[in-house]
Amino acid sequence: MTTTGSLHSWEVSTGVDGPGTRFVAFLAGCPLRCQFCHSPDTWYRRGGHPVTADDLVLSVRRYERFIKVAGGGVTLSGGEPLLQPAFTREVLSRCHEMRLHTALDTSGFLGDRADDELLSAVDLVLLDIKSGDPATYRKVTRTGRLGPTIRFAHRLAEKGISIWVRFVLVPGLTDDPANVDAVAAIAERVPTVERVEVLPFHRMGAPKYEALGLPFPLAGTQPPAVATIERVRGQFHDHGLAVF
Amino acid sequence: MGSASHDGWRGFHGDGWRDTIDVGRFIHDNLRPYDGGPEFLAGPTDRTRRIWRQLERMFVEERRRGIYDVDAHTPSTITSHAPGYLDKDHELIVGLQTSAPLRRAIMPNGGLRMVQNGLAAYGYSLDSTVRTIYSQYRKTHNDGVFDAYPEDVKAARRSHLITGLPDAYGRGRIIGDYRRVALYGVDRLIEERARRKATLDHRPSTEDVIRDREELAEQIRALEDLRYMADRYGYDISGPAATGREAIQWLYFAYLGATEEQNGAAMSLGRTSSFVDVFLQRDIEEGTLTEEQAQELVDDFVIKLRIVRFLRTPEYDELFSGDPTWVTEALGGIGCDGRPLVTRTSFRYLQTLYNLGAAPEPNLTVLWSPRLPEGFKRFCAQVSIDTSAIQYENDELIRPAYSDDTAIACCVSAMRVGKDMQFFGARANLAKALLYAINGGRDEITGAQVMPSFPEISDDVLDFDTVLKSYDRTLDWLAETYVDALNVIHYMHDKYAYERLEMALHDYPVHRFMATGIAGLSVAADSLSAIKYAQAKALRNGDGLVVDYAVDGDFPAFGNNDDRADAIAVDLVERFMAKIRRQPTYRKAEPSLSILTITSNIVYGKHTGNTPDGRRAGEPFAPGANPMNGRDRHGLVAAALSVAKLPYRQARDGISLTATVTPDGLGHSREERIGNLAGILDGYTDAGGFHLNVNVLNRATLEDAMAHPDRYPQLTIRVSGYAVNFVRLTREQQQDVISRTFHGSL
Repeated sequence: MTTTGSLHSWEVSTGVDGPGTRFVAFLAGCPLRCQFCHSPDTWYRRGGHPVTADDLVLSVRRYERFIKVAGGGVTLSGGEPLLQPAFTREVLSRCHEMRLHTALDTSGFLGDRADDELLSAVDLVLLDIKSGDPATYRKVTRTGRLGPTIRFAHRLAEKGISIWVRFVLVPGLTDDPANVDAVAAIAERVPTVERVEVLPFHRMGAPKYEALGLPFPLAGTQPPAVATIERVRGQFHDHGLAVF
Repeated sequence: MGSASHDGWRGFHGDGWRDTIDVGRFIHDNLRPYDGGPEFLAGPTDRTRRIWRQLERMFVEERRRGIYDVDAHTPSTITSHAPGYLDKDHELIVGLQTSAPLRRAIMPNGGLRMVQNGLAAYGYSLDSTVRTIYSQYRKTHNDGVFDAYPEDVKAARRSHLITGLPDAYGRGRIIGDYRRVALYGVDRLIEERARRKATLDHRPSTEDVIRDREELAEQIRALEDLRYMADRYGYDISGPAATGREAIQWLYFAYLGATEEQNGAAMSLGRTSSFVDVFLQRDIEEGTLTEEQAQELVDDFVIKLRIVRFLRTPEYDELFSGDPTWVTEALGGIGCDGRPLVTRTSFRYLQTLYNLGAAPEPNLTVLWSPRLPEGFKRFCAQVSIDTSAIQYENDELIRPAYSDDTAIACCVSAMRVGKDMQFFGARANLAKALLYAINGGRDEITGAQVMPSFPEISDDVLDFDTVLKSYDRTLDWLAETYVDALNVIHYMHDKYAYERLEMALHDYPVHRFMATGIAGLSVAADSLSAIKYAQAKALRNGDGLVVDYAVDGDFPAFGNNDDRADAIAVDLVERFMAKIRRQPTYRKAEPSLSILTITSNIVYGKHTGNTPDGRRAGEPFAPGANPMNGRDRHGLVAAALSVAKLPYRQARDGISLTATVTPDGLGHSREERIGNLAGILDGYTDAGGFHLNVNVLNRATLEDAMAHPDRYPQLTIRVSGYAVNFVRLTREQQQDVISRTFHGSL
């Protein structure tokens, strides 16, 4: 029996959500409400359309050969894929059986919902650490807590699963040096973290808020200055982390 | 054979090419494959920098005035103009089209009006004697064509159903095997032509034989002129080139001669890098040339290729914008014996984009195969990321269909060097033809009856089968009218503006293609998809003419790797090519088809009404075989796989895809981006995709260049099949480029 999930959309992209050219499925529904979120259209499961794991895997198959020749894999992103753990598990397992590299793009907030079987089908976790300090984490995500993410990171490490930490740099929200150091401190204690990607905040999601009739919380915030980006990258680097 | 030729051939291997003119064989026997990386390459010398800077100052003037200078008195031939120099004492490779750099020539054989309008546009007027000669005594190609065009052709042309026909300008797209001059010297080539001509003496003088004899006589005369032209520059090219510098110089003289007689739409160079490499490496091994000097020769050669100019009209520029010359050079590829045809000189040609900065010409075209050496693949990807100046074509499709000594004319037209030529045929508007099918052959904008009348479709909601049946009949008429036009054009071009030098550098007899083309494929496919998968209601004006469509429901669009829509596009290509094949062709040319628009997608769109896919009247088509802007929703790879389904066997003149990715859309670091782009090219080639233009750019860069053109004199972008200086495009064309899909990350 195949599982049915709620899918927002999919695309084949390169170098964005994991290594190489990848089939990236964006699942609908997320427990967090990050202020900087650029895809508020993925917040609700009902915002997606129902699709069976069979059907999604069929779509992947159409790119299997290209991905294998070009180098790349499959990424489940969202939304939050761990909001739909059974569906995520089935899709990732079946992609893994096709010998495609698999990645899971998650905040880790729902890491406990990923069972061992699911994790055994994951080659790489793109782990969004929204903030290194619990209070800021709460402020950024509005609904989440930092603890589960740290717990999840260590569980991944125990299983030897590679992690790319992603940190969204938002002026006035996450750019405090102490906050950045705290994220770096979390990352450096997890042995399977291979790199940290510093993602500068951008405003390209703003039109989506408008279309949904939602206020964009960071309407007045500008993308970070180059100097700030360099400073933050330097901080991660100083913790002995590979920064991209 | 004299001793000079033995000197020129010292150290060369193989025999098959010595007694027969066969450059491909020579390359095969003497190739020095290189499988390393770019580490060995040299930067520009001070001399190179100085000469390029001198030209850069002139380019500023040229951009300001439209053209830098023109000789309005002397119809151009191989020998019409005195030698010209950039900096006589410091040039390594010499030769200009006229007696001064960037001074354009007039070539009235193609058409007098084109010359007059071209001059008038920039404030010049034609020499009155020349005008008298070409209006009273000497007929032009253009005059001939309009004497013989049937009424249907004129109507299809007027209504923009067929546009861009080479009936008033040089057809181009013929690549002489310019390497022959370097390898054999002119005398040997003349001798060979004379022998060929003599074989015709024993055949009865039928029309075909008479024409061939006359053409061969003209070819011999052109070779003699070429020898004289070189002599005036102080070079004796009667025998083979003896050094790398001479090889480039001889080859360049031959190419230069072609550009002095033909204002061809595309004046392509061929496949020269690995040929030149044999000579350069011999010098290096003999200790007479260093890497820096080898690169300097290539740089100087490329400088010359960058300043080839033709006088054209603003209407021409509207079709093919940015003053292109399509000095296309094919690099790389794999030999039939499995050895990569990549040499150090393939790298040296690419290196000019660093040494001289990015530029649209020469139109560097990499024949890509997943089997190319990694070092070359990565260097190509790196150059694309840094300059957006190169295009890629699928060597795994080209080699089996042609040979491993095949070059690209213009953008995507493959031809065996010196063995194939083509009759360039611009393109027919498939999207507009669909509207004619619905309106009973009437034009949707003017209401005029362009095609022979047939019953229009009277349904309220359009029925797919009914529309397709009518479309099929319309395409029958279009194919017939279109090839009819081309037959007239090429008969007259051969008669009044024959490419005697370029044809002297082809085998006799030559194999000919009749190269037709289509525009608006994705618009036509999506329109049919809308009719098939959604409800498309025809909206008529008071005159009963369908002028718009109301579409209810979703429909799959070409460019999403969705077979429902893609199959419609595939069917259109197969259907139209089958109809083209049924037409009789001038000189029994083999029909072929391209899906390529260059920048004419804008003009075609301008003259096409509302289409059932929701595209508004006047809106540009997508270029080439591209999906319509914004309709490819699953990223570049999905779009590329849709295009890769179009059958190359039915579109052997090439299928063009232009993609723009942001740097971030290829990865975070430079190394990642290089590896990922090489991977995408492997994947696309493996999937059967034919051509890919890769731009790696941010939208913001283009917007800034529109606002401050002075800051971006060398910003190069690839448009359907060629590259242009972005700042030389019209505002409308710049907007079109910016409005296209950028594949990147949010």
